[in-house]
Amino acid sequence: MSRTHVNCTVNGDAVDFLASDSTSLLDALRDELDLTGAKEGCGTGDCGACSIIVDGKLNCSCLMFAAEAEGTEIVTVEGIADGDQLHPLQQTFLEGAALQCGVCTPGFLVAAKVLLDENPSPTETEIRYALAGNLCRCTGYDKIIRSVQEAAVQIGAGT
Amino acid sequence: MKYAAPTTVDEAVGVLAGDADARVFAGATDLIPQIRSGRPEPSVLVDLKRIDRLVGATESGGTWTVGAATPTSTLTADAAFTAAFPGLSEASGLIGSDQIQNRSSWGGNLCNASPAADSVPALLANDARAVIAGSGGERTVPVDEVVTGPGQTSLAADEFVVEFEVDTPPANTADAYLRLIPRTEMDIAVVGAAVRVTMDGDTCTAASVVLGAVAPTVVRVPDAEAALVGSTLDDATLDAVAAAASAACNPIDDKRGTIEYRTQVAGVLAKRAAKIAAERANGGANS
Ligand SMILES: Cc1cc2nc3c(=O)[nH]c(=O)nc-3n(C[C@H](O)[C@H](O)[C@H](O)COP(=O)(O)OP(=O)(O)OC[C@H]3O[C@@H](n4cnc5c(N)ncnc54)[C@H](O)[C@@H]3O)c2cc1C
Ligand code: FES
Ligand code: FES
Repeated sequence: MSRTHVNCTVNGDAVDFLASDSTSLLDALRDELDLTGAKEGCGTGDCGACSIIVDGKLNCSCLMFAAEAEGTEIVTVEGIADGDQLHPLQQTFLEGAALQCGVCTPGFLVAAKVLLDENPSPTETEIRYALAGNLCRCTGYDKIIRSVQEAAVQIGAGT
Repeated sequence: MKYAAPTTVDEAVGVLAGDADARVFAGATDLIPQIRSGRPEPSVLVDLKRIDRLVGATESGGTWTVGAATPTSTLTADAAFTAAFPGLSEASGLIGSDQIQNRSSWGGNLCNASPAADSVPALLANDARAVIAGSGGERTVPVDEVVTGPGQTSLAADEFVVEFEVDTPPANTADAYLRLIPRTEMDIAVVGAAVRVTMDGDTCTAASVVLGAVAPTVVRVPDAEAALVGSTLDDATLDAVAAAASAACNPIDDKRGTIEYRTQVAGVLAKRAAKIAAERANGGANS
């Protein structure tokens, strides 16, 4: 089995790891780097539970080979808080009960962060389209949407 | 599987020529799900995204050149591209979620050879050409000639699409793409319809009508094009467009739509797309 040595930046830290060429980036993050925030819901691009940010763009890590990460800058859900200070989205998801089992939550948080970074005051429709690649099987989408709206308000107010 | 990331077209051709089971990929949004569902693994995965020519969109001398591995989100975010080809841009933007958009490419959408590929009808409607590289050098062919059947292309084992060329449309010309899916996001087309028209005032002087998901490959509808040319897109013409589009269908029956449903919807979408394209060509509200 062929293996590739990969150098990249994850949540601000330079990392390197050895990955088999058929390994997905999702598996490498979870198994080589112990970053188990991103989840595998489907492995085929449908559910978004594996969402991460690669060079500023939202991606499904299950649809990337680990070897493709060479030279990239990656942000996972583990990197969105500021030290002990939760990201506003994390806080509003908690307060708004936007999760039950939590399997989908890391993906929603990362996708919502990309949205708010690009568009600080999205409409409800824009939020729904931006999160269309993320599925939740238990909470229902309304609490998730409300929590993103609340986070947008808080970020806008600088709190 | 072995991963290779060539940085030149020649290097990539060399890998393909040296190993018949090597496969190129761009976003892998079709490739990885297919491997996971049990399709044979390629021996070498040839990542095309590290080759400069494969990524990016530029206009020069009246022709747009779009790298075959360019993420579709790059195209929909490009205001000049979207102004020149509103229909091709909207078709490209319909592929999957934001996550998928940051990876999905025209090269993959075309060469995966699904009849339901959203960008392909709009590429045909704009007479796009594919620049193909292989051991024998490069050749340029109309995009129509690439797909030969579901999952089948005319590319040789050592060939891949380097880039697409699309001429900037003449004045008073615009395209539109409509698709029907059972949901509003994240599904595969039941029918897709791309129309491009050139208008001289109220009169249509040139037209392309292309349908997706209604036959083993994307199909042109010459009878609908003939009905549009010379018309003012009056009701009788639009009915003729719809009838010709329905007649061109040879669809499958599946859980997303029956043969009767796909056939009828093809007519409706062709007619609506023609109206939108004509309004856009005349600088109308829908542009
Ligand atoms: C969740 C999800 C939703 C989707 N929704 C849609 C949708 O709405 N509409 C739609 O049309 N598609 C959809 N798709 C399918 C897929 O995303 C598109 O077909 C996409 O454009 C494929 O591009 P890619 O770069 O990812 O292809 P890849 O997976 O990289 O490649 C696909 C195939 O094309 C070949 N190939 C790739 N590039 C080239 C090249 N330059 N030259 C020769 N061969 C090449 C590969 O060998 C492979 O066989 C969806 C997929 C997923 C996972
Ligand atoms: S695990 Fe990647 S999209 Fe579902
Ligand atoms: S909280 Fe369980 S899937 Fe969303």
